[in-house]
Amino acid sequence: MANMAQNGNNDICIDLATLERRLRLFLPAHCLLLGEEDLRPYECDGLTAYRELPLAVCLPETEAQVIDILRTCHQLGVPVVARGAGTGLSGGAMPHAHGIVLSLARFNRILRVDPAARLAVVQPGVRNLAVSEAAAPHGLYYAPDPSSQIACTLGGNVAENSGGVHCLKYGLTVHNVLRIRVVSIEGEVFEIGSAAPDAAGYDLLALMIGSEGMLGVVTEVTVKLVPKPELAQVVMASFADVAKAGDAVAAIIAAGIIPAGLEMMDKAATAAVEPFVKAGYDMSAEAILLCESDGTPEEVAEEIARVTEVLNAAGASDIRVSQSEAERLRFWAGRKAAFPAVGRITPDYYCMDGTIPRKRLAEMLSAIAAMETKYGLRCANVFHAGDGNLHPLIMYDASQPGDWERAEAFGAEILELSVALGGSITGEHGVGIEKINQMCVQYATPEIEAFHRVKAAFDESGLLNPGKAVPSLHRCAEYGRMHVHHGDVKFPELERF
Amino acid sequence: MLTAHSLDDIVAAVRNADAERAPLRVRGAGSKDFYGGLLAGEVLDVSAHRGIVAYEPTELYITAKCGTPLADIEATLAEKGQMLAFEPPHFGGANAGSAGATVGGCVAAGLSGPRRQQAGAVRDFVLGVKLVDGTGQVLNFGGQVMKNVAGYDVSRLIAGSLGTLGVIAEVTLKVLPKPVAESTLVFDCDAAEAIRRLNDWGGQPLPVSASFWHDGQLWLRLSGARAAVEAATGRLGGNPTVNPEKHWNSIREQTHTAFVASPLWRLAVPSTAPSPELDGLRAIEWGGAVRWYAGEVAGDHEAMRAVAARLGGHAVLYRAPESLRCLEGAFTPLPPALFALHRRLKKAFDPQGILNPGRLYAEF
Repeated sequence: MANMAQNGNNDICIDLATLERRLRLFLPAHCLLLGEEDLRPYECDGLTAYRELPLAVCLPETEAQVIDILRTCHQLGVPVVARGAGTGLSGGAMPHAHGIVLSLARFNRILRVDPAARLAVVQPGVRNLAVSEAAAPHGLYYAPDPSSQIACTLGGNVAENSGGVHCLKYGLTVHNVLRIRVVSIEGEVFEIGSAAPDAAGYDLLALMIGSEGMLGVVTEVTVKLVPKPELAQVVMASFADVAKAGDAVAAIIAAGIIPAGLEMMDKAATAAVEPFVKAGYDMSAEAILLCESDGTPEEVAEEIARVTEVLNAAGASDIRVSQSEAERLRFWAGRKAAFPAVGRITPDYYCMDGTIPRKRLAEMLSAIAAMETKYGLRCANVFHAGDGNLHPLIMYDASQPGDWERAEAFGAEILELSVALGGSITGEHGVGIEKINQMCVQYATPEIEAFHRVKAAFDESGLLNPGKAVPSLHRCAEYGRMHVHHGDVKFPELERF
Repeated sequence: MLTAHSLDDIVAAVRNADAERAPLRVRGAGSKDFYGGLLAGEVLDVSAHRGIVAYEPTELYITAKCGTPLADIEATLAEKGQMLAFEPPHFGGANAGSAGATVGGCVAAGLSGPRRQQAGAVRDFVLGVKLVDGTGQVLNFGGQVMKNVAGYDVSRLIAGSLGTLGVIAEVTLKVLPKPVAESTLVFDCDAAEAIRRLNDWGGQPLPVSASFWHDGQLWLRLSGARAAVEAATGRLGGNPTVNPEKHWNSIREQTHTAFVASPLWRLAVPSTAPSPELDGLRAIEWGGAVRWYAGEVAGDHEAMRAVAARLGGHAVLYRAPESLRCLEGAFTPLPPALFALHRRLKKAFDPQGILNPGRLYAEF
């Protein structure tokens, strides 16, 4: 039957004509995209290896329209994938073949900046950097700064619990959001959190942040603004060996210093970056560390002196301190441009996001070196060293048959090693569709069942972003059949098929 | 009373309670028995399930069993110059000779101390929990790393849930280095002026780590790098004070006379909310975001709730005689849709409602 699609989730047949007719009752023509040509730009997010065309894309302009869209989809049993700027790296905003994409791109207004209360109320489609720009005249800024901050939106940041290079000292999205306004799949509106601390009841803000669009659709966000430090300076240190660089990170923490940022790049990463950015990186070093100090000029001078002492004792072969704001920005420019720089030297790259205890870093990096040989692919490593969040960039060529499959297997092995070393499969990019199998490695049946119960408490219909973030137990059983870890068969209670 | 010495004991007690539909009242040191709704169910004392499981100073985390006294944890951290940055209250334990609050109770109650305005709340430092849900299932959420967005953040949801979603068997907390320097300044001013000044300072890059106004005096603590504290001290003026640690400890532990009252209300409001024309304001904390009320006005729960709502916040009946606690729940009632969601979440973790029933809201 033409125009009828099977919803993979619950086998409900969706009549596209009915969906279109219902949506047009309240959505103006310019808020609804239907033809393949218009849908194509939405087929993937920042993880381009996974693509799917949705039935339709809705671009609502008011909360009332969001409510009507969700109610309609709930009634018709149509899956809904919410989307911000589509910069996510785990396929969290990849469309559902039988669902709609709900783009919040037109919710792009900063509603209020309250400098006295140090907060801003924004719509979810506002870009991360725009919040700091609006706050700047008051000497304030919004702390989480994911590297995509010129493009990524607050709604997406809330969905992914985004971090950035300054989250060791200033926290993740979850530490910097005070309140959200959420619409449930049934079209009910919830206010969660407030400008007052410690809202009554359960901490649903913590649960919602990082829930990858599985629990509700955010229509408003109140964020905390913090005073901009008077000064920031960066120390750049070279190391002849990555293990020493890793030890230096631990030594800084052990000295009681929590730097504003603490980043590491290996030689493959600096080699990719330097010709592109000319940041002045030491090309002979096996690893470089960037350590930022911020605060009052006196405070920064004191901390830089202590950091320098620790880095020297840890065996740094060269140490440079940024002497001007321009130089500081240049040091950072290399780190912030690491992804595109790697993109210049390889047709495609695949970015991983595991976290590990910092002391296991050398172990992880030597394992990755062995995997490069095993899979016949190169890998550059950038590392939020302060919080143990590693971003290996696996280089491949999608036009070569078998290359992507090898890159994917390479990535999966890194993530599974992250878990084995005591870490997590994702520090800030989210599970999305990408790491759905590795969720079965990080969690056992009881936790995955609990996640499904949490999901059902918010969305019993299972229509919000189906198939993402939390795997079905059957999927885990399938994956477990292929991958037996440490001799344990996971999900032994499930039938194998 | 049931006593659990191990995770297995906790699981056995919960399974038994689940089978018999017999409510349990989970208890560490009992230091916060006064807090929340009325107590119900057989006591499950978990204070004997104690001990530090792992502490990695350079990884900035500590993992401890639920019954571990906060005092033990803080002593261990202090050896490496570290601390629990949210400064949780210990309160004296209910039993004679008790070491005071346990880490499990600390996370369950979600109460933070003076440093919260700078460092964040309990939930901001929870990295992972081992939870025994209402069916006796052991669940591990989060972990020991700083960043982990795999799966829903159930660990932080548990903070402040008052044991209603599961028995916290073990918890991993992020720890931080102690500040190198601290100093305390005292200013004479009224409440309105204190609120104005606190918000003004809050918008500047100053190392303010705690604030407390009571009876015409505003106390301000600065913490951080020595140079930063010295520079701020010079800039802000005010009177320096001797032995400030004792003062801040009396606020953290609520032994200060400002808190010695019953009923005692804690109003959480936007920090810039004006001080209403209302008698009974005993103290202001957290940069203006928490206001404590006692005296005649505190007997009128409808008035307290209304004032908090008008200021854009919420009110907690923090300490009260049993007669008032029977009449009025501790926490601000939730809008119907949000309340229904709470009940569904409760059911997801404790389907038969056997864990600390009524402790958060009377209905579950």
